[in-house]
Amino acid sequence: MSTLSLTDLDETDRAILRALAADATLSAGALGRRLGLSQPAAWRRIKRLQEAGAIKGRRLVLDHAKLGFGVTVFLGVKLATKGRVSLEDFERAVTAIPEVQTVEHILGLYDYRLRVVARDISDFERVLRRRIMTLPGVGDVEANVLLSEERRPGPL
Amino acid sequence: MLDDTDRRILRHFQADPALGTAELAERAGVTQATCWRRLERMQARGILTGQQAVIDWQALGYAVEVSLRITLDKTVTRAFDDFLEAAREIPEVLEIQTFLGRVDLRLSVIARDMAHYQQLYRTRILTLPHIADIEALMHVARIKSDEVLPV
Repeated sequence: MSTLSLTDLDETDRAILRALAADATLSAGALGRRLGLSQPAAWRRIKRLQEAGAIKGRRLVLDHAKLGFGVTVFLGVKLATKGRVSLEDFERAVTAIPEVQTVEHILGLYDYRLRVVARDISDFERVLRRRIMTLPGVGDVEANVLLSEERRPGPL
Repeated sequence: MLDDTDRRILRHFQADPALGTAELAERAGVTQATCWRRLERMQARGILTGQQAVIDWQALGYAVEVSLRITLDKTVTRAFDDFLEAAREIPEVLEIQTFLGRVDLRLSVIARDMAHYQQLYRTRILTLPHIADIEALMHVARIKSDEVLPV
């Protein structure tokens, strides 16, 4: 895998990344037409960006509410018994919870940040009590209920 | 609203969004025509609204990721609006979330290195309007990040 930094990318590469971050289903042909490149030229650039690891993968955009997930909560979790329970045990157990969408190891006030989805607040309470509070080594837990979220394009 | 077939398709599709309809149909155990029709219907209903490429900022040289938890001065009427408007102007801000809870907002900020972060923090973040309190959490590792919904 070659390494690539933002400074190695020209304006066309950036435009490709911006376009794919908005719509990953765009074909090389469609991208090329949009950016004034031939289909093979667009394909080569996409391939190079993928090989350099600039694109990690794809994500489906789903309407949470329409699928019955009315509540998203961010949890800050502090481990109570560091050293005794290994981080791996906690990570393995927390990763297996279906309602836990993301797990990040962080430094600061908390050890982990979790993104949890639930049908409603009482469903969230069930997840919290039965799944989160029973995790190995879990200590203080802080909950913040998500009201709104914006994803920005980033420095491209 | 969704039946078991829809859910099965969505589960397999979420697990691997790069799948074509043929392969997705095979994994979900339905015919291609059914798979295509179900996906079409979920799109028409606004359940499946698109697909996004996930950018690897680390691979692009952004080694530092910080989560900033912010409390605003709520005595100011337009505190949220002013803050959000200004935060959107910072290219290094990847996510802006508002909360009901102990903190009002969270910004996810990336930087090339600690020196770059320090500079961003001083010149762009601390100058955002109506901040009452700010806490920084340094991102160490992403353990799970697929954001799959348990449908």
